[in-house]
Amino acid sequence: MDEFLTILFDFLPPESIRFVVPFMKIIILLVALILGAAFLVFFERKVIAFMHQRIGPNRVGPKGWFQSFADVIKLFIKEVIVPSNADRFLFLTAPLLSLIPALAAWAVIPLNETFIIADIDAGILYLLALTSFSVYGVILAGWASNSKYAFLGAMRSAAQMVAYEIAMGFALVGVLMAGGSLNLGDIVAAQSGGILHWFWIPLFPLFFVYFISGIAETNRHPFDVAEGESEIVAGFHVEYSGAAFAIFFLAEYVNMLLIATLTSIMFLGGWESFFAGSNYLMNTSLEFLMEPSILWLAVKVSFFLFTFFWLRASFPRYRYDQIMKLGWKVLIPITIIWIGVEGVMFLANVGPWKVA
Amino acid sequence: MLENYLPILIFLSVALALGLLMLSLGFLFGRGSKTEAKLSPYECGFDPFEDARIPFDVRYYLVAILFIIFDLEIAFLFPWAVSLNKIGIAGIMAMGIFLLVLVIGFIYEWKKGALEWD
Repeated sequence: MDEFLTILFDFLPPESIRFVVPFMKIIILLVALILGAAFLVFFERKVIAFMHQRIGPNRVGPKGWFQSFADVIKLFIKEVIVPSNADRFLFLTAPLLSLIPALAAWAVIPLNETFIIADIDAGILYLLALTSFSVYGVILAGWASNSKYAFLGAMRSAAQMVAYEIAMGFALVGVLMAGGSLNLGDIVAAQSGGILHWFWIPLFPLFFVYFISGIAETNRHPFDVAEGESEIVAGFHVEYSGAAFAIFFLAEYVNMLLIATLTSIMFLGGWESFFAGSNYLMNTSLEFLMEPSILWLAVKVSFFLFTFFWLRASFPRYRYDQIMKLGWKVLIPITIIWIGVEGVMFLANVGPWKVA
Repeated sequence: MLENYLPILIFLSVALALGLLMLSLGFLFGRGSKTEAKLSPYECGFDPFEDARIPFDVRYYLVAILFIIFDLEIAFLFPWAVSLNKIGIAGIMAMGIFLLVLVIGFIYEWKKGALEWD
């Protein structure tokens, strides 16, 4: 592999390398994300099936593993219908506006110490900006469809996403106070050490609020009033079919992966090992378990993804006024109070952060 | 410095290209007949009664306004939180007062019922 890269770089003009290297990384990441989203759908269906005492998809490929690929092929050979009353341009722009931020947010996310596409200092600010962008996709889709269900779904989900975004932003501020940097790699570095050094202990309420707001941001159960099947059929994407629907679907699952990864990076130490610095494993044959690795990140991300499905199988859907109440009257006050508590802890020099 | 942001620009264009590719594949493979019933907006089997762009509850608008206030507040908190260990007690106190003013505003809108949905 290294030899191949050396030959390739010798062959290319030197100025082009700064375009080619990020481009190759982006392609690798995109392939991983799309495959991840495909298997995530399968994972979701299997997990929920087992929680319902069913078998779940088991026909396509060995044990049903290729189900998602069959679904993708089906979606792409379906007709893309643009309703006659719809605003054609906005109708086709809306799926792009939800897909692009969902994918581009991954540019600043480090997957281990070295793999990151854009190592910028304003990482979290960029993430906050891009996650806010996904509201546009939803509200444009609902408005451009010119259908009542789509319109209601878009209004609901815009208000909901906006409300939970505030709780999410405050939780991010708490992480910044503890980590002292906007760069996600530095935030993981600030948590170096075993499970007791990670931010989930000093920031426990924020950890909780962040994950719940993440579920609400991605419009997943139990906060999925944007597409509540029994009320407004499918919400903002009721008029979408075929490939346009597939784009919304991909964006939703990539966003779930994003929330799970961010929660792992900011509160559970990212790629740090659970056992880092443990005295029991030192100098034994299990010492390799103390090494940081992308596999640890994968374990944490899988846990949060499983939690998404677990919650979906366990809870009934919230009523809309209860969702808004939870967001504004519970989660936001908790985060504001915890920021105050963190400030006091900072002054009193309690906690993992250092006063210079 | 700005060099670090180049990959983001590349990523945005690749993401746009991917989205356009998916849409055009859909138009390429997904051919079908277009009938009037198929192209009308979905309304549980009825012919749609009226235009879907109906007036909506003003509360959604109110939520959007409140969102702007709080989101700006978060944007103000970001640089403060990052430089926390350089600004000392004075910095923490200043932000404490700022937050206090906003919390008073928050309590006011709570008591006024701006956060109620019934």
